[in-house]
Amino acid sequence: MKEKWPGASGLVLEEPLIFERGGKGRKGYSLPKLDVDEADPKEIWPSKWIRQEWQGFPELSEVEVVRHFTRLAQWNYGVDSGFYPLGSCTMKYNPKVNEDLARLPGFSGLHPYQPEEMAQGALRLMYELENFLGRISGMDRVTLQPSAGAQGELTGLLMIRAYLTDRGNPRKKVLVPDTAHGTNPASSSLCGYRVVQVKSNERGILSPQAIEEKMDEEVAALMVTNPNTLGLFEEHICRIAEVVHQKGGQIYCDGANLNALLGLSRVGDMNVDVLHFNLHKTFSTPHGGGGPGAGPVGVKEHLADYLPLPTIVKDQDRFRLEYDRPRSIGKVRSFYGNFGVLVRAYAYILSMGPEGLKRASLVALLNANYLRAKLKDFYSLPYESACMHECVFSDRLQNPYGVTALDIAKRLMDYGFHPPTIYFPSLVHGALMIEPTESEAKETLDQFIAAMVQIAREAQTDPGLLQNAPHKTKVSRLDEVLANRKPRLRWKP
Amino acid sequence: MNFPKDLKYSRDHEWTKAEEGHALVGITDYAQDKLGSIVFVELPIQGGNFKKGDVLVTVDSVKAVAEVYAPVSGQVEEVNESLRDNPEWINRDAYGQGWMVKLKLVDSTETNSLLSPEAYQAFVAEEEAKG
Amino acid sequence: MRYIPNAESDWGEMLQTIGVERLEDLIRILPEPLRLKEPLHLPSPLAEMELVQHLLSLSESKRMVSFLGAGAYDHFIPAVVDHVLRKSEFYTAYTPYQPEVSQGTLQAIFEFQTLICQLTGMEVANASVYDGASAVAEGVLMAQRLKGGKKCLLARTVHPEARFVTRTYTRPSALELREIPYRAEGSTDLDALRDLIDEETSAVVLQQPNFFGCLEDLEEAAAIAHAQGALMIVAVAEPLSMALLQPPGLLGADIVVGEGQSFGNALSFGGPYVGFFASKEVFLRAMPGRLVGETVDRQGRRGFVLAVATREQHIRREKATSNICTNQALCALAVLVYLSTLGKEGLKELARANLSKCEYAKKRLGELGRLRFSGPTFNEFVIRLNRDPQIILPALLQQGIIGGFPLKKFYAEMETEVLVCVTERNSRQEIDRLIEALEKALREAR
Repeated sequence: MKEKWPGASGLVLEEPLIFERGGKGRKGYSLPKLDVDEADPKEIWPSKWIRQEWQGFPELSEVEVVRHFTRLAQWNYGVDSGFYPLGSCTMKYNPKVNEDLARLPGFSGLHPYQPEEMAQGALRLMYELENFLGRISGMDRVTLQPSAGAQGELTGLLMIRAYLTDRGNPRKKVLVPDTAHGTNPASSSLCGYRVVQVKSNERGILSPQAIEEKMDEEVAALMVTNPNTLGLFEEHICRIAEVVHQKGGQIYCDGANLNALLGLSRVGDMNVDVLHFNLHKTFSTPHGGGGPGAGPVGVKEHLADYLPLPTIVKDQDRFRLEYDRPRSIGKVRSFYGNFGVLVRAYAYILSMGPEGLKRASLVALLNANYLRAKLKDFYSLPYESACMHECVFSDRLQNPYGVTALDIAKRLMDYGFHPPTIYFPSLVHGALMIEPTESEAKETLDQFIAAMVQIAREAQTDPGLLQNAPHKTKVSRLDEVLANRKPRLRWKP
Repeated sequence: MNFPKDLKYSRDHEWTKAEEGHALVGITDYAQDKLGSIVFVELPIQGGNFKKGDVLVTVDSVKAVAEVYAPVSGQVEEVNESLRDNPEWINRDAYGQGWMVKLKLVDSTETNSLLSPEAYQAFVAEEEAKG
Repeated sequence: MRYIPNAESDWGEMLQTIGVERLEDLIRILPEPLRLKEPLHLPSPLAEMELVQHLLSLSESKRMVSFLGAGAYDHFIPAVVDHVLRKSEFYTAYTPYQPEVSQGTLQAIFEFQTLICQLTGMEVANASVYDGASAVAEGVLMAQRLKGGKKCLLARTVHPEARFVTRTYTRPSALELREIPYRAEGSTDLDALRDLIDEETSAVVLQQPNFFGCLEDLEEAAAIAHAQGALMIVAVAEPLSMALLQPPGLLGADIVVGEGQSFGNALSFGGPYVGFFASKEVFLRAMPGRLVGETVDRQGRRGFVLAVATREQHIRREKATSNICTNQALCALAVLVYLSTLGKEGLKELARANLSKCEYAKKRLGELGRLRFSGPTFNEFVIRLNRDPQIILPALLQQGIIGGFPLKKFYAEMETEVLVCVTERNSRQEIDRLIEALEKALREAR
């Protein structure tokens, strides 16, 4: 039987913009009859403050709304559709029960300023989640406030800055490896630090000498990702941390790749001072098409005073919010964090237990290394060492035929797979970063491998097929130059 | 690749056309080719003073941003306003319609340290070989 | 291990292919001293049934009548919203970096951006930021990028959490934040603004309606700001107000930010919410956050892509306009579905209902002589108890009523003031009950 892939052609329904739908007077909404006298804005407010213009607002029945979004959904590919091997994103399965749990009325209806005695369950959930994350990572204290990894980075760097300021000098620079995610230097800048890049060695990892060369008393911190964005473990992390600590700096670890370490190793044992988690990666909360996520931050005890307000305190059996923290960096967002996301992560950790989390990481490693072993004869591997939970290939073998990582990615869509991450990290020419996660069965991996092998063959025999891919999607090769030269960022009536 | 004879060049791929205390500056054909389709140009304000090596202009393609450095020191006399609506002129005609900034020179001798067309062409060949 | 398909029977062949014997061999890559020798100290796994029971018990709460607002608003969410949000093609998808397989998300964001522009009267809006408070902070930083300058003026009537977050974000820079006081009738003191502003000011920030529920004179404030070359930033905590109010964009705002939670997002103990961010087109390149733009594909078919990405962290890195990566896409989708369901008429009707119910509550409390500010309001207002709220509010709680938010928490000068919010969720009987319970509690507290 011929190898079958999920990428077929189906009936794709066209659907205009919501503003191009509907008709005058249509409504999808019902309000109870008003039980008080109707107030007229004209009698209460100065007339020049009252809205006059209503052009462009949609007028639709419920049916049209539902059809519109159902069709839009059909154009999307999600983890539930199929394999989604985006490197460094950890597109693992999002458990369905967690969707229900986040929506429990007692949680969804809870106002953030509700008296604390009425929010004990929610506070307890957050307190326990902080504890779980602390134990998983080996960090002493955790805050759940940051809304995403990038905000977690800012939080962590602000804490380091405050800590160093208290010691007389906030310092001026942050060291960032050449493999770092773009948020690392951006967060450093936001925090008032100048970014100094450190080069990884020929094995794709940081060497203590490279750090020593750049480390001085004006360096506030080194930001490191472990495993790094090449999927490689930063072996020298403990020694590197010593080098930085010796000159009074701090180590910040970007926890985006934590899925490689659950139950196997703890970042806290690596001499790290601050770590952020990405709950929407490692802890199975959905990516949502670009959020909401959550980026809790773990710190070692010496930074605990600087945690954002409020913290959650347990007083015997009761939980309360503590605001009296004079050294705190302040707040990075309103209220307490993305609570709905926290519920999902909490439920996930309780469902998996210690053995389940360890198994998740081990199978993530297994799946990634399996792909690596099977594809290394067809795609160029920039680094010799075994990878962890993700592996990075390069498009070098395909370049002579005029085929790039972009073409390979687009062609994968025709086979029914979401492409891997491309062109990141920039250290690798034409990078293809593949992270299968533990949520994939062997058959899926084999299908993907077969597709990649076929594409490698197509690159040699029929490069045009790849350069013009995808062929089966609703749209193909959108003109990004046009979108950027003459940006059209809204519909106009 | 085009290397007009009447221009001088820099290792950062800028071209300079100097005449009577002024200099026209842009990026070379090689540079625009490497950048790909240019979508946006951020030009300096009139009257701004720049030292040789300062960032004079930034150029955006879809997926990258490139900094254009002042090859000589000077004050901005004029910028090519048409590039705001037509950034693609840099791709199409890097040495003509794609000119970026006219500087009033501070020190005309600075142009002496710029590369001749032959030297620049050789430099580009080296860069290509490195790959 | 229901979330991990590969079971032990699958591992054998895979391990062989890799060239190792056991699953544990895969961690040889970890230095020996760093390998964990003991299992993680976590509770044993719960089966789904046990998990549900546990979370149910944590979420258990008594149904209360609530008059809490203060930046998070209780509006009825039609069933359609959740049904759309539960479509896994939306919620299990990633950021739409590969547009051919993400047109659903991209078109939805484009529609969201359009609606925010229409509501705020601004020319361009981004795909959302984390929340209203960080949106204010990002707005202040953007104004700083555009104008330089040494200080930024924020009205004291801007949500305290937004001001606090802005202080946290701006601490590393040299930017000085100064507060503009409020007048006796509840809005910002524009004379004080005139005194505080100078040519070193990069922006003026007001909230509409303000934290006390009072309406501000945005046009006048914008004129003062512009006269000194500063930008006018308007923050909106209750966007439903924009259904009846003149959009800030038509009153001189340069940047409009706010909290979109009111539209289709549950209270959820403070998050996830959704910040919106809109500005004039001329400031586009300085804007933070993702933007979706319209374009065509090779065959001329309309499609949508992430646009102007060179502002963002993954390209510009340390020179990016912000460090923001993930936004709040699913929450923005909720806003979109909610507003589409309400439509023009539904939005007007809902806003009028909120205003009417609030005016009714104000009238009755006014009869008790309790109104603190005389200025016009939308669906929130401040009452003065002249008794300790820590005695009055618990008395109301006993009767199943959350009376409001005690302002002393953020305003030391407001010892007995309480912020009361009324939405379409509060029936006339509930409002009457509030008044009765308050009267009783105040009498007994003598």
